[in-house]
Amino acid sequence: MTALFYFFAFVMLAGGLGVVLTRSPVTSAFSMVVSFLGLAALFIMLHAYLIGTLQILVYAGAIMVLFLFIIMLLDLKAEEDRKISLFTVIGGALLVSVFASQIIKVVKALPAAAEAMPELSASASEDVKNTGLLMFTDYVFPLQIIGVLLLVATVGVIVLSKKELK
Amino acid sequence: MLTLGHYLIASGLLFSVGFIGVLLRRNVIIIFMCLELMLSAANLSLVAFSRYNQTAGLPDYNGDVLVFFIITVAAAEVAVGLAIIVALFRSRQITDVTAMNSMKN
Repeated sequence: MTALFYFFAFVMLAGGLGVVLTRSPVTSAFSMVVSFLGLAALFIMLHAYLIGTLQILVYAGAIMVLFLFIIMLLDLKAEEDRKISLFTVIGGALLVSVFASQIIKVVKALPAAAEAMPELSASASEDVKNTGLLMFTDYVFPLQIIGVLLLVATVGVIVLSKKELK
Repeated sequence: MLTLGHYLIASGLLFSVGFIGVLLRRNVIIIFMCLELMLSAANLSLVAFSRYNQTAGLPDYNGDVLVFFIITVAAAEVAVGLAIIVALFRSRQITDVTAMNSMKN
């Protein structure tokens, strides 16, 4: 189990680094699919089957297809070798390494973080049912709002994509 | 033995990778992808905490519902954001964030 965790976490982080480090946007997009597959595997290791499936369907499926479509529509070429400002790289790396080391330090200092993940009962495998029940009882109003949000986003995208904005 | 800390650190590292991408890259689409990575890293923390915080062997499904809403909002956000990028490209032919300086001059 631990070996699987390290494998999938490695896949996820390697995919993330692939997004940041490769020059071609298409390679970045495919690295991101790899990263999201690793992340979905981690969700499934946590017994979050619904979220893991949604991660693959929505992110690796819909969102990345949209990204690839836009990359091809705009015909983006790999970025040419540009002078990377040394100041930006050093500043960015410094900021992020401080941030990451702070996160690790805080997590290590947390007593709860050192405890093993508790075992789930058998009914926890009915993940979709339990989440769905909660979503359609306690969270039914936010769910409706999300529906309205998706409608607004659809209308907004159509308006933005029109040839001339009025 | 897997602990809550393993998942939180993995999530923190993924967030950092996304963060460095937002800081260093200049292509607006790559920056947008890195934002999505950061959003997903937060989702991993939420799910890990919901699995840790159990009552009678059942995880806290409030976390799952929140992650579901985050994924939905992220999908809507990506659609609108990419439409804005396309509109920008149509009017200026740029995708480089350093070239978006018309309000500066």
